Amino acid sequence: MWRFVLRRLLQAVPVFLGTTLLIYALVFALPGDPIQALAGDKPVPENVLRTLRDRYNLNDPLLVQYAKYMWGLAQGDLGENYTGQSVAEMLGGRWAVTARLALTAWIFELVIGIALGVWAGLRRGRFADTLVLGGTTLVIAVPVFVLGYTAQLLLGVRWHILPAAGTDDGWPLSYLLPGIVLGSLGLSYVARLTRTSLAENLRADYVRTATAKGLSRARVVGRHALRNSLIPVVTYLGVDFGNLMGGAIVTEGIFNLPGVGQQVFQSIQLKEGPVVVGAVTVLVLIFLLVNLVVDVLYGVLDPRIGYD
Amino acid sequence: MTTNARTVPAPRPDAPLLQVDDLHVRFRVRGRDVRAVNGLSYTLAAGETVAILGESGSGKSVAAQAVMGLLDSPPAHVDRGSVRLRGTELLGLPERRRRAYRGERISMIFQDASTALNPVFTVGDQLAEMYRVHRGLGRRAARDRAVELMERVRIPSAARRLGDHPHRFSGGMRQRVMIAMALALEPDVLIADEPTTALDVTVQAQIMRLLAALQDELAMGLVLITHDLGVVAGVGDRIVVMYAGSVAERSPVRDLYARPAHPYTRGLLASVPRLGSRGMPLVPIAGTPPDPAAPPSGCPFRPRCPRAEAVCAVEAPPLVTVAPGHDSACHFAGEVHGAGTV
Amino acid sequence: MGRASLWDDAWHDLRRRWVFWGSVAVLAVVAAMAAAPALFTDGAANAGCDPNDSGLGPSGRHWFGTDLAGCDYYAHVVHGARPTLLIGVAVTACALLIAVVLGSLAGYYGGVVDALIARLTDVFFGLPFVLGATVVLVAFPGHGIGAMTLVLVLLGWTTMVRVMRGQVIAVRDAGYVRAARLLGASDGRIMTRHILPNAIAPVVVVATLNVGNVIVGEATLDFLGVGLQYPEVSWGLQLGQAKDSFLDHPHLLAFPAVFLSATVLSFLMLGDAVRDALDPKLR
Repeated sequence: MWRFVLRRLLQAVPVFLGTTLLIYALVFALPGDPIQALAGDKPVPENVLRTLRDRYNLNDPLLVQYAKYMWGLAQGDLGENYTGQSVAEMLGGRWAVTARLALTAWIFELVIGIALGVWAGLRRGRFADTLVLGGTTLVIAVPVFVLGYTAQLLLGVRWHILPAAGTDDGWPLSYLLPGIVLGSLGLSYVARLTRTSLAENLRADYVRTATAKGLSRARVVGRHALRNSLIPVVTYLGVDFGNLMGGAIVTEGIFNLPGVGQQVFQSIQLKEGPVVVGAVTVLVLIFLLVNLVVDVLYGVLDPRIGYD
Repeated sequence: MTTNARTVPAPRPDAPLLQVDDLHVRFRVRGRDVRAVNGLSYTLAAGETVAILGESGSGKSVAAQAVMGLLDSPPAHVDRGSVRLRGTELLGLPERRRRAYRGERISMIFQDASTALNPVFTVGDQLAEMYRVHRGLGRRAARDRAVELMERVRIPSAARRLGDHPHRFSGGMRQRVMIAMALALEPDVLIADEPTTALDVTVQAQIMRLLAALQDELAMGLVLITHDLGVVAGVGDRIVVMYAGSVAERSPVRDLYARPAHPYTRGLLASVPRLGSRGMPLVPIAGTPPDPAAPPSGCPFRPRCPRAEAVCAVEAPPLVTVAPGHDSACHFAGEVHGAGTV
Repeated sequence: MGRASLWDDAWHDLRRRWVFWGSVAVLAVVAAMAAAPALFTDGAANAGCDPNDSGLGPSGRHWFGTDLAGCDYYAHVVHGARPTLLIGVAVTACALLIAVVLGSLAGYYGGVVDALIARLTDVFFGLPFVLGATVVLVAFPGHGIGAMTLVLVLLGWTTMVRVMRGQVIAVRDAGYVRAARLLGASDGRIMTRHILPNAIAPVVVVATLNVGNVIVGEATLDFLGVGLQYPEVSWGLQLGQAKDSFLDHPHLLAFPAVFLSATVLSFLMLGDAVRDALDPKLR
């Protein structure tokens, strides 16, 4: 078990380094002046450009630039925007909002997604199954922002069922609608994964054994089959965290939640490239960390993994 | 769930332990009927072993699952027949009452313990579950009973291995865990579906000896399902030979080896090497078993039978008695029986 | 033989499903729109606009109404099909090519090659699609369809490599592959003639589903403002432009959304149908 955890940790090191280097190389090392590029066609005063070039060590060789950048990142330095404001400070109070939103979405997709998946998995080929499959495919096919605007218009503005925007009503009320919108994609995948996995496991030999042991149907399904079926779902949750954070940029923009995603959203419109790069890099790092945790959790959930 | 006294009717000691009568199982697959079992009957007494012999696809395993009530319907339908345990009819019981018999009165072990045990729970959990669910024992008490069980099936350092997952055990040890789980509540009947097929030959013998010893200890009836004549020879009291879902021959074990009364059984005996038959050629049975979705007319063995005649294509042979307790479903049962040993 | 009957069986099964034909029909219409928009509309996108007709709802003259500049929205939507479909298909085709090459090498040779490719895949997999594309595209102002495709390929090839590698490993030790090796076939020949045709099916399914996902992803990037830029025309861009006025003019969001979703839905259902047809045991 511990060997497995250690090995996953060691494997994560090159991924962390490689992914950050990849971002860095794509943003700063391509031909042309990256600082000007990050501003788009927005005019930036020459002295600001010079400061930023210094700031990002663009006169050093690439790997040195990258090392200095990473060193800054490790100390919580995410760079500055064109007016010299620290990106880390701009984001400071916003993390709590994003965390609350992500948590709401995550609970929603996990609870409802698994429930729908079990419902469909137990009734394969019947109406419930078709309904869940069709509904989830539809949700996957509609971009999250279309879903967001539609939900905002109908549930928030027209029918006044939930707050349409902002955080005036606090958690959880203000976060319900954006959380549901943000979680809907993940919910669809969780439901489909649970359904397929459960339907497969219900045919497994050990489920027949559990029935032969004289256990109730609820126990056979709920304990023996479901526990095995949730293993791939847990793996998916790690991957899904990436979607969740990409979606947070969209959702916070639509529902006017003052989180990190909204900052990114606004910075894109304002052509504040350095803010986007700094914030998204942190989001990617969080994604990698979450995946590491999920990987380790996977080893705990599936005892066969830990011993190889 | 602490006791099943209310749901299980009082046993009638005079009735046979297990009586399977004219069992028919049909699978409905994509609008087509596949008849897996066509009239299986046998009786099992306490302490006795009935072997059900047949090749894969002969319906022996499906029949066993029908007795346990493990078949999913759809696609499986138990159309006809009866399964009585000490006189109580099990077929047609509501699932809730049927469940009370499983593990408690009738248990089953499966061919491949590596897939039949749940990979994500420890062996101790899976054993203790029997006591927690059926007997309402607490965690600690159930755990203690699980250790006793593991010792009973001779798993070394039982207490230490309780927390291991199934994949940490060898094939033989896993099958012992299966046996322990099936015997946890000391059932009256154990159905063993090819219990040694997935194991090495030396381990096979150990498992068969263990089963026999536990059977004596618990005075249990054993239904042994196998395709291996060698396994039957050692432990069976009576034997039912199945072919294509039907009973081909039914007999005390000794009689069957001495004087088989069905061409299929003769074929089987001729195709396995035995001590003392050195130098004798082994003769395989020609052809392949029929497609259960499109069975041949008349006798199901007819297309492969060396002595088939016109009547065999027209009329399915009924079971006829050739000697006390010895029946054969062949139009020429008497003659085959008369031919003596293979 | 073996694989021919696999595809034959799948085809036999597919052609009796309305889901399959429905998806194919929708995709055929969208493909026709992308290839020959003139078949559907006389107008060009953003042409013949009349500011007096700004934001009209659907009518006989303007089937889909007009946008805020008073341009015919139907023409706009028809012309939006090409970039959307082009990016979805081109990204997937390139990613599939990468996946087939890297996945075959990793699965066939194993060892160091496999480990290297696995680490490389891990690194790219560490960049989630929308996040990664956002950060990279922000650094590329004024990119067109080509640059957009390149960035999305860079971020989107990993899943298919993993599927391909798994499939190659599954058939690598099959009897016919060992036989070919014993007969002295070269590695290249074994991979292209024996392994690839038997390993490709699940990857094709994933690729079909992937086209849908890329289209949704591209639309999201357009919406965020890091994707295609005006004066390009795409459904994602139209949706992005509709966002500020959709409370008053919901049709500006609805029409491109319906077309985009129907296209994506068709790719998803087509992929699902093909997978079910190829894998009868999941039925």
